[in-house]
Order: sequence, then C-alpha cells, then structure tokens
Amino acid sequence: MFQRKIGKQIAILAVLIIFWASVQAMVGLGIINPYYELNLILIGINIILAVSLNLINGFNGQFSLGHAGFMAVGAYGAAIITLKTQLPFGLALLFGALLAGIFGILVGLPTLRLRGDYLAIATLGFGEIIRGVIVNIDYIGGAYGLSGIPKLTNWTLVFWLTVLTVIVIANFVNSTHGRATISIRENEIAAEAMGINTTKYKVMAFSIGSLFAGLAGGLHAHYFYTIQPGTFNFLKSFDILVMVVLGGQGSITGSIIAAVGLTILSAALQKLAALRLVIYALLLVIVMLFRPQGLMGTKEFSLKMFRRKTKDKEGKQHGTAIGQ
Amino acid sequence: MALLSVSDLSISFGGLRAVSNLNLELNKNDLAGLIGPNGAGKTTAFNMLTGVYLPTEGDIKLDGKSLLGLKPYQINHCGVARTFQNIRLFGDLSVIDNLKIAYHSHAKYGVWGAICRLPGFYSGEKEMYEKSMELLKIFKLEHKWEELANNLPYGEQRRLEIARAMATQPRLLLLDEPAAGMNPQETHELMEMIHWIRDQFDLTILLIEHDMSLVMGVCEKIYVLDYGQIIAQGTPEEIKNNRRVIEAYLGEEAS
Amino acid sequence: MEEFIQQLINGISLGSIYALIALGYTMVYGIVKLINFAHGDIYMVGAYLGFFAIAILGWPFLPSLLMAMAVCAVLGVVIEKLAYKPLRNAPRIAALITAIGVSLFLEYSMMLLVKPEVRSFPQVLSDVQYNLFGSLVISSRQVIILVVTIALMLLLQYIVHKTMIGKAMRAVSHDKQAAQLMGISVDNTISFTFAIGSSLAAAAGVLVGIYYNAINPLMGIMPGLKAFVAAVLGGIGIIPGAMAGGFLLGIVEAMVSGYGKSLYRDPVAFIILIIILIVKPAGLFGKNVREKV
Repeated sequence: MFQRKIGKQIAILAVLIIFWASVQAMVGLGIINPYYELNLILIGINIILAVSLNLINGFNGQFSLGHAGFMAVGAYGAAIITLKTQLPFGLALLFGALLAGIFGILVGLPTLRLRGDYLAIATLGFGEIIRGVIVNIDYIGGAYGLSGIPKLTNWTLVFWLTVLTVIVIANFVNSTHGRATISIRENEIAAEAMGINTTKYKVMAFSIGSLFAGLAGGLHAHYFYTIQPGTFNFLKSFDILVMVVLGGQGSITGSIIAAVGLTILSAALQKLAALRLVIYALLLVIVMLFRPQGLMGTKEFSLKMFRRKTKDKEGKQHGTAIGQ
Repeated sequence: MALLSVSDLSISFGGLRAVSNLNLELNKNDLAGLIGPNGAGKTTAFNMLTGVYLPTEGDIKLDGKSLLGLKPYQINHCGVARTFQNIRLFGDLSVIDNLKIAYHSHAKYGVWGAICRLPGFYSGEKEMYEKSMELLKIFKLEHKWEELANNLPYGEQRRLEIARAMATQPRLLLLDEPAAGMNPQETHELMEMIHWIRDQFDLTILLIEHDMSLVMGVCEKIYVLDYGQIIAQGTPEEIKNNRRVIEAYLGEEAS
Repeated sequence: MEEFIQQLINGISLGSIYALIALGYTMVYGIVKLINFAHGDIYMVGAYLGFFAIAILGWPFLPSLLMAMAVCAVLGVVIEKLAYKPLRNAPRIAALITAIGVSLFLEYSMMLLVKPEVRSFPQVLSDVQYNLFGSLVISSRQVIILVVTIALMLLLQYIVHKTMIGKAMRAVSHDKQAAQLMGISVDNTISFTFAIGSSLAAAAGVLVGIYYNAINPLMGIMPGLKAFVAAVLGGIGIIPGAMAGGFLLGIVEAMVSGYGKSLYRDPVAFIILIIILIVKPAGLFGKNVREKV
C-alpha cells in the first residue's frame, strides 16, 4: 500500500508507449491523415486544459471562469520567445507556462478570498482584463494577434506533455497536499481550524492550474501559426468548464473522458457552426438538471470499479453486510 | 503558570457587545466547562479563541504567548484544536481522510516529494495512515475507516470530529457542544472518553455544553456566561448552588 | 470642461442601458441568489423583437417597446420554470453553470434563426441634434433613452414599494421560508421577479437598437457582463444600487473612451469589478455579512 508499485507503473508506461508508437506509426504511414492528427493534438491540449481547471474547480472547489486568460498568457509568452529570440522551443513552452503560473499567483492572491459566484465573476473579469490588456499592447500584435509562429508542436510532444500533466496533477491530488486542497472544498472553516493554510493552498492550486493552462496555450500557439486575443475569450473558458463539469468536478479520469468525447463531438459538429453551440448548451443544461455531479462525480475510473461492483452484487445476493 | 489565560476579552458586532470582559485561566490538564443560556456568547468566545473573530479588546495567551491576530490555522499550529457546534466534517471524504487532513501540518514530505513520488512520500503516507488508524481505534471508529464521513450516524460524526481535532496534536482542546443530539447512553460514553483522552494525551480541555449531567459529571471547573459576561465560576458544587446562575437559567422569580 | 460634460451626457445614455439590465440581475440575485448569465441575452432577444416589430411589422416605437417587454417577460418566466426552478435547492454552482448554458442556447439559437450578421435598425425616431450652450450636443435619442429609463425606474420603485406583489418580492428575498409561512406564494413571486427583470432588459435592448442602430445575436454578452459589474458595484440585490451602479459605470466608460483609448473601455469595467469585489464586496450600497461559524 505504501510502496512504489513498480510492476503497475511499468505496465502503464508500456501501454502509453505502445499507444504513442502506434499512433506515430500510423501518422508516418498516412493511415492517420492530418485532419485526424489535428484532432488528436486538440484532444491532448483539451485534456491538459480540463485536468488543470479541474484542480481549481473540482478539487479545490473554487469556481474559476477565467482559464482561457491563463491559456492566453502561456500562448503569448511562448510565442514571443520563439518569435523574438533564438531560444529552443522547450524553453519557450516553459517560459509561457511559468508566466501563466505567476499570473495565477498574482490573480489568485487578491481574488481567492472571494467565494462562490463572486469568485466566478472575478476570475471572469480577470480573464477579460488579460485579454483587454493584450489587445492594447502593440508589441504583441494588439487586436490582430501574432502570426507566423513556427509550427513546432507535434503529436509526440503533445502526447507526453499531456501524460506529464496528468501525472503531476494526479500525484499532487493524491498526497497530503492534495487532501489539504480538497478539504477546502469540503469545508473551508473546518480546514482552517485543522491547521490548513487555506490561502496558501487555494493560491497553490490556482497557480498550478494556471501553469498548465499556460502550457496548453503554448502548444496551441505553436500548432495553429497565429494567435489572437479573441481566441481566448470567455467562450473558450466556458468550453473548458463544460469538459470539467461533464466529466465530474473532482475526477481526473472524468475530465479526460469528457475532453476526448467533447473534442470528437465538436469536430463532428464542426460543419453545423451555430448549431454546435446550441447542442453544447443544451447538453450542459440537461447534465446539470439530471446529473449535476457529471459523468464520474468525484470518483476515478479504474478497473477496480468493476471488481467492486461484482463483489457488491455477490454480497447482496448472499445477504451479508459489505463495505468494511 | 496557566496554559491558557484570557484577559478582559471583548467583542462587539455593530452596537452589540456579544462578549465583554471575559476572563479565563486554564491550567495544564484542567477539564473545564463553559456554560450559559442560549445566546450568552459561548460560541463567540470559542471563535475568538480560535481566531475566527478578532476580539475588539483583551488578550489571549497560550503558554504566555499571545494568540491575538493570528489566523485560525496558525492558532491550530500553536496547539489549539476545536470541534464545531454544527458538525463540520469533510463530508464527502472517507473517515480516515478526515484524520489525515488534520495530520497535514505534521506531514513529513513537501509538494515536490508528492509530485515526484520521492521515497519520503511513501514513508510519510504510511506514517499518516498508521497514526490515523491508531486514533480511530481509540475513538472506536476503526471499522468504518473507509466510509464517507457523511454516512456515519450522528453520534459517530461527533466522535469523528473530536478524533479529527486530536489528530492535529493539540495541547488545548475546545469542544463546542460535544454531546448535542446524543442519547443518554452515548453521552455517558462520551463523558468517559473525554476523561480518558485528557489523561492519556496530557490535554487541557474546555467544553461548551447544554447537557448539565455531562458538564457536572465531567468538568472540574465551570465558568457561567450570561449576556456576554462571566457571572460565576467554580466547582460543579459551587455552581449548582449559585443564586445568580439559577436566576440566569430559570429567571428571577424562580429563585 | 465642455468635453467633460459632453462625455457625461454620453455616459448617462450608456449608463441608462446598463442600469436597466442591471436591475434584472440584481432583482433575480436578490431573490434566488443566482447570477442569471442569460439575462444579457434576454436583452438581445428584446432588441430583435423591437427590430421585428419596427422593421417588419412597421409598428411605431411605443407599441414595439411594450410588445418586446411583454414577450421577454414571458421568456424570462419560461426559462426560470424550465431551467432554474428544478435547481433551486442544488448547489449554486450547478445553477450558475445552467445559466451559462441557457445564455449560450439563446445566443446560438438566435444565430440559427436570424443569421449571424449585424442588422441595422430602422430610423423609427427622427434623430434631432440639439445644441446646448454652444458646442455641447445632445440627441433626441439620448433624451428618449433617459426619459424611458427614468419612467421605468419610477414604475419599478412604485411596484416594489407600493404594491402587494412588490412587498411579496421583498419578503421572499429577505427570507424565503418565512415568506412562505406568511402565505406568500414563493413560486409566483419568483416568476414575477423574472418577468419584471426580463421586461426591463428587453426595454434596454430596444433602446440600444435605436441608439446604436445595429444589433447582432452576440450583442448581449458584453453589456450583460458590464451590467452585472454595475449591479455588483451598487451592491447586488439592492435596486437603487443597480441604478446608481449602471449610471456610474456608463459615465466611467464614456470618460475612458473620451479621454483615453477606447480599447481600454472593456478592461476598465472589469478592473472596477475586481477592485469593488476586493475592497467592498457588498457594493457601494451594501452591508457586509459574514458566514456564521
């Protein structure tokens, strides 16, 4: 229970490598055409965005509506490095992510003392302020945005950075620091009375979430050649939020499943334009009305879930008490 | 020297003086009660002691060190833990996670250790699990360690709250109506448990309670609060026969 | 100085619009504690209804305004019944997300219905420019906006303070359970609040159509958010606060556009929001309340 399970970890790594390699091979052989590759990359970026927002909204229970703003910071930060300096792409991504993380601290410190809807509206405001400031800086293209960003993002990079994001956030959540973060969602007053520095953990969760949003922004900027302030508006924040809510606030696997599903759905509905968003909106309202906890609630998807269920059934059939 | 000394503690909300000139002295290992009619200011006093409210006047000293102006989590780190009148558990988390969270301040590994899963993480988690299980055994909750706190019956939720406060390893434990909603049998068991943990953990305990049988049975020293002021203090015997206390509780004509 | 007064006049016109929308936000928040994100879109629907009546049916201004207000009142009630009522006891975040969903639904359904392009509003009212004290200009449309806004505000004050339903609204926003025990129908009162709020937003929509001459399906997003800022500025849940907040925000925006760079207009509104939330979250007219421990 309290040791590194090396066998399991090697197995997971093997599965990941096989998945990555087979996609890579199929891209090479032309079985996966550029359109599918684009969507695979979008899935990866969306997973990073959803899982990182889930840390803030799901695990820490703070309601952020400004995730796209941090994505913008990362996108611009990374793009500026590649466009204006000779530094390698890795450093550009790192710079964008760290810049977004620092912005997360700067935004988080004053706003995270607010609660519920007030926090939601304040983060939304900050997202819009970040965008509004970018529009007003000519050095980074103002309202027209930046273009001619080299296409440096590829499948391999997105895949492994997505894996890294999920591992970092999952490891954080499943530790005493993660429990401290979750306790704030459960009952902030009790958490503080039990010695948890709630401000510290709120800001920490917020800035870690922002940092990865920035990473996603950097990847995004270097795949689509151009970035504009309009790309990172409230609607983008909302898109990410839908993934988190649909997957279950407080479930990493839920966010992953929702990010995959919604990216595919969105690609399939691309031709419908406005109707896509009508369907999105209806989906969201229906989920809230009938399953407000989302697909997974706060649970994680695992193979054990099925085992537990069958055990429960047997237990009930024999009429014995279970759950000890 | 007194472990906790509260001098002239007062607080006003707008024009209302909820607590005025509260003076308390608790020595190490004291088991004291704070009683008084509804609205007398008992919970407000607890909230000042634990940093939830900032007093308008007066001072709170723990072992000679002032707690004034510290945040609730800092006061907890100084060795003061509490429970709440309206239970405030981490309801959607398991029983053991409730305790592990309270152990957090004593965690042995940092954020990097957690993210990189350094060896310290595994040993630190093991230690937290073992310590939590020990406490659960003491509070007779070990068989429910995996259940969600919300799913426990009421009496067990109260016990879990005390266990959780104990997990922060306090010197001073503040219990806000620990027996509220319990039946006489549960109350009796709780009395014994409070006595036992005081001796076992070398604790000082201050409790707020409405249940007189519990207060008289377990407390060695009682403070009576009415309209924000201490009107009497002494042993249970002295309090029972105090005219002002009887007046406060029953009204003047009854005395 | 003249420049200042000119911007003040422009700001008051813009502020009237914000104030009308903010009233709906604040009343709904006061009674169900929900940030009704769809409120800005009701304003958009109102603008389209006004457009439809004036441009297609050829109605005059006043009947068009009243029709838009009536239809949006019904729309507001329907939205409340279908989407928000089932969530009244759910976590507030669930209701907030639903509101965002409803907002998107209205925007993009409208886009499907009327196509995304900008429509220009017909000139239903002759636009006369009056010159005051030499170089100051006030247009007849600005006068109409202000007159209609003030008339609606007075009517609202009358309803809230002098009628039974207004008293019921105040009672429900104060304490739902107690109001219910006093024989007030909480459901009807909430419906009525949505109806009034939505009709005020619709009025703002028609007025904006006339003032700026152009409407589009996404026109509600920014004014909706700004009006919310106005409501927070005045103290959310407080009716005079929303009025004052609306005018204040309109004036500040006009000043920023007039003296600074107009692109800074949007960030400034949100900077005001952040400052007010941090310094005095209860708003200029509000009292701070804290959670009971």
